Amino acid sequence: MADDKDVLRDVWFGRIPTCFTLYQDEITEREAEPFYLLLPRVSYLTLVTDKVKKHFHKVMRQEDLEEMWFEYEGTPLKWHYPIGVLFDLHASNTALPWNITVHFKDFPERDLLHCPSNSVIEAHFMSSIKEADALKHKGQVVNEMQKKDHKQLWMGLQNDKFDQFWAMNRKLMEYPTEEGGFRYIPFRIYQTMSDRPFIQKLFRPVSSEGHAHTLGDLLKEVFPAAIPQDDEQKKYLIVIHGIEPLLETPVQWLSEHLSHPDNFLHISIIPAPSD
Amino acid sequence: MSENAESPTETTKEDPTTVPPPAENSGTHEEKKKIDILLKAVGDTPIMKTKKWAVEKGRTVQSLSLFISRFLKLEPSEQLFIYVNQSFAPSPDQEVGVLFECFGSDGKLVLHYCKSQAWG
Repeated sequence: MADDKDVLRDVWFGRIPTCFTLYQDEITEREAEPFYLLLPRVSYLTLVTDKVKKHFHKVMRQEDLEEMWFEYEGTPLKWHYPIGVLFDLHASNTALPWNITVHFKDFPERDLLHCPSNSVIEAHFMSSIKEADALKHKGQVVNEMQKKDHKQLWMGLQNDKFDQFWAMNRKLMEYPTEEGGFRYIPFRIYQTMSDRPFIQKLFRPVSSEGHAHTLGDLLKEVFPAAIPQDDEQKKYLIVIHGIEPLLETPVQWLSEHLSHPDNFLHISIIPAPSD
Repeated sequence: MSENAESPTETTKEDPTTVPPPAENSGTHEEKKKIDILLKAVGDTPIMKTKKWAVEKGRTVQSLSLFISRFLKLEPSEQLFIYVNQSFAPSPDQEVGVLFECFGSDGKLVLHYCKSQAWG
């Protein structure tokens, strides 16, 4: 059996082949060729698309350029969700490459947050880590870190440096052995069928009787409809990083191995294909 | 607290004042349930006379922040940062109900607000 450490590496280096196409109504001076890129699942759209921006800027007039934003089949893509979550949630039934449409006009204020610079992404990322640590360790671990340690987490993500990131992130994954896990599991559950952003609740990794809580236990508590009844056809797929983990998997293990760099376990619930 | 008090009124010591819902709000019944929020100013940010507010669970941090900015009559150019646990800034599309469930204590959620970044 593979070492659990390999899982961290596989998660970090997950990539989605993507084709960026300029929106048809954008005005260009010459034809805009599509742009292909391998997107890291654990990163953010606005952090890894400088090349996309430059590519399309070349064929457009300066005065037609506003803030760049992305859309997939009519859905504006939220840059502040990890890329892998956006793909699992909106596009997991699609053939690859993932076709993303690029816009430079009519920014959808109601759906998307502005992202004027990488420092906005950094602030969002660090806030997520702090929120996750508030749940895991009452914020003690992240608060004991120094400014340069926080910077190391961010630079690790920004520059795609697995070792640099994990040298620091492993501290956020520690817990007292006698407690068998974190205080609470930082998780978020997304669904396409709802306008609500996501579900997040307090959930302990270990039951009061000392049993390890599983992914199935978590869903039973916060999203019971996701679990098929006895003979029922499976209505939903439970997806993390593009795979369907077994419902018997302990949530503590998932939290340590399948969390995104922001330290949250992002779970997508998508309707099962009906065939 | 009274369900029909949709506009800010003079607060008493006990009853939280209701934050008026945004005009376009059409949340479900569940989202309309209210939680108590205690707002505290940081640094030189103006304080609000009314500190305790009843806010719909489904309301987002962004919408609450907009309400505070208007209440304090901030210039459009002035930013407002909101913090939980005096440590992290929740995502603007986060619902206050979720924050209440995860980080509330004694039946209320304490939020700090500030015109500049208070906690890295």
